[in-house]
Amino acid sequence: MSKDILSVENITMQFGGVVAVNNLSLHIPEGQIVALIGPNGAGKTTAFNCITGVYEPTNGLVKFLDEPMVRNHPTGKMKKLYKGENPLLYTAEYHPEDETKEQMLARDPLAGTGKIVSPTPDKITKLGIARTFQNIRLWKSMTVFENVLVAKHMRAKQNVFSATFRGNAKEEKRMRDETMALLVEQGLEKYSDDIATSLPYGIQRRLEIARALATDPKLLLLDEPAAGMNPQETLELAAFIHELRDKYGLTIFLIEHHMDLVMRISDYIYVIDFGSKIAEGIPQEIQNNQHVIDAYLGVVEDE
Amino acid sequence: MLKAKDKEARRGNLITFAIVLVLTLVTMVLENVMSPGSLLFTVIKKGAVYSLVAVSMNLLNGFTGLFSLGQAGFMLLGAYAYAIFMIPDAARDSVYYLFEGSSIHFSFQEMFQHLFGATGFGGGVSLVLGVLVAIIFAGLIAAFFAYLIGLPVLRLKSDYLAIATLGFAEILRAIFQWQTLGKVTNGANILKGYPTFADFNITNASGKVLFRLSAVVPILLAGICIFLIVLLINSSYGRAFKAIRDDEIAAEAMGVNLAKHKSLSFVISSFFAGVSGALFAMFATTVQAKVFTSAMTYEILLIVVIGGIGSVSGSCIASFLYIACSEWWLRFLDNEAYIGAFKVPLLRNGFRMVVFSIIIMIVVLFFRKGIMGERELPDLFRKRPKKAKKNVVEEGKADE
Repeated sequence: MSKDILSVENITMQFGGVVAVNNLSLHIPEGQIVALIGPNGAGKTTAFNCITGVYEPTNGLVKFLDEPMVRNHPTGKMKKLYKGENPLLYTAEYHPEDETKEQMLARDPLAGTGKIVSPTPDKITKLGIARTFQNIRLWKSMTVFENVLVAKHMRAKQNVFSATFRGNAKEEKRMRDETMALLVEQGLEKYSDDIATSLPYGIQRRLEIARALATDPKLLLLDEPAAGMNPQETLELAAFIHELRDKYGLTIFLIEHHMDLVMRISDYIYVIDFGSKIAEGIPQEIQNNQHVIDAYLGVVEDE
Repeated sequence: MLKAKDKEARRGNLITFAIVLVLTLVTMVLENVMSPGSLLFTVIKKGAVYSLVAVSMNLLNGFTGLFSLGQAGFMLLGAYAYAIFMIPDAARDSVYYLFEGSSIHFSFQEMFQHLFGATGFGGGVSLVLGVLVAIIFAGLIAAFFAYLIGLPVLRLKSDYLAIATLGFAEILRAIFQWQTLGKVTNGANILKGYPTFADFNITNASGKVLFRLSAVVPILLAGICIFLIVLLINSSYGRAFKAIRDDEIAAEAMGVNLAKHKSLSFVISSFFAGVSGALFAMFATTVQAKVFTSAMTYEILLIVVIGGIGSVSGSCIASFLYIACSEWWLRFLDNEAYIGAFKVPLLRNGFRMVVFSIIIMIVVLFFRKGIMGERELPDLFRKRPKKAKKNVVEEGKADE
């Protein structure tokens, strides 16, 4: 099995008294397509937001390429309020008895310290994690070309003075050329001068993915990429996601509701309900898992 | 195809530039032909100053989506920084007479006068250099304070940011009127005696004006600054600002550092507000803290809204129109008038503001996007070639 590009360990996200994500652990091996599924309100998007830095998880650790990327433990008022598991795992008070120091450090390089790592979303994007949104978030006043071009801003070698006085002409040209090349690759070049939000829904989704690709990611997070698509478009999307992985050498982690899409493209699936993981496995295993069926269809209660 | 688009853009820019150049030259000629006391020149000078501050506010409100109302405060900082460091040493005792002299004995102009001489050509050089350095200094002071206040305040959003910046501007005004700081700020009294636009008129040895430049200088200075802002807006950073305005969450997810870019926009906007404060000091010939009220910020905000939020040329056009209305065209409403023996009703002191408010309401109700919307002047000159291009494309298709 290939090495994990992203590993999420014991993530708990608690809003006030509500535990939205409860002690969730996920492992995403390099080069695979991994899906996160679950009924509405199960906490899938919250889990995504914890990984991408939109939320600071209440407790837990996220490692990207074996480096701790997000790490937190309950502090302040949350110390008393905390209802999740492992409240001490990521604090300085953690002294395990059944683990050697080496094991502990292999699992968590910052183990035994109360260090909090909580980067802003842009820093996480810079590390190489790009995402799309459940409800498309394109910049509405900009053209398709500009939408992709802004995503190139992060990695450009320039400062505000060189940019204003056009000392970055070479860099600017490189950004524009790369953007155009990406649009051509994605078949979006004919729309390049159109206002992004004037496009059909399916194209907007494609554009959002193209924009995420422009940040040169290693891991791509897709939040319900097939939402609002008809069966034909969904089929095309499945082929497109495979193509993305192979062409750009990406690892893909997606949230999705369309079961046929998930079963078709995923190498591995995690299922969560009420914030907790209820099953994981390859598609065939998930299809036959009683817990998953119960979660989706409901359980007949004895009278 | 891309090249054709670039050509169009260049054409639009050239036409705009030509228009501005012609208007500047016309101003220069008119000023030397007409009576220099005409209200036209007041409007041009003040309009130029307000253009700059309106564009700087537009950079923040229109292009970065940060609703800030601190512009008058930063203008105040700029105006005071300029005045305090430009009053000649000899004049200080008379300006600061209530506080028995100033604690600062330095002026940029005199610094250059030591190098180039105080009269003749050398005097001119030291005036220009002194004013330029002082203006940049004024901008830097405003930018520095903007950076400090931005650290806590930029965490706020929309209305809260507006209230915080408004409060900051009001606090600044109170501090500058504080008598304890009188040795520096002259308390609530006016600062005067520093070089103004009129000092740029070319005179002979006996003081007779040979060639007037006092209306062209503000246009030039404001024009250069606005040009810089336009360059910034069209750069990679400007695009990042617009991304923040359109969708903050998406911008952050695409790697735009929100804290850094918001602070950058705030500091740059304040820098130019400080510069326009210095220009305002030159225009008004005196500086007094009580002028820089929140009403001034609202005036600027109004100009931005009338011109079109997110349009630089809109802000410029609107500021000249606004100043022309308030200083010149509607002035007659404030004076009682008689047609024969008939006294025109309603015309009395203050009526101008009533009419003015009605005009503004009409504009806001019926031209909600302002004069220009989000378009720029060069876009207007691009229309025709665009149609022509379409024809070419169709012809090309027909050929196939």
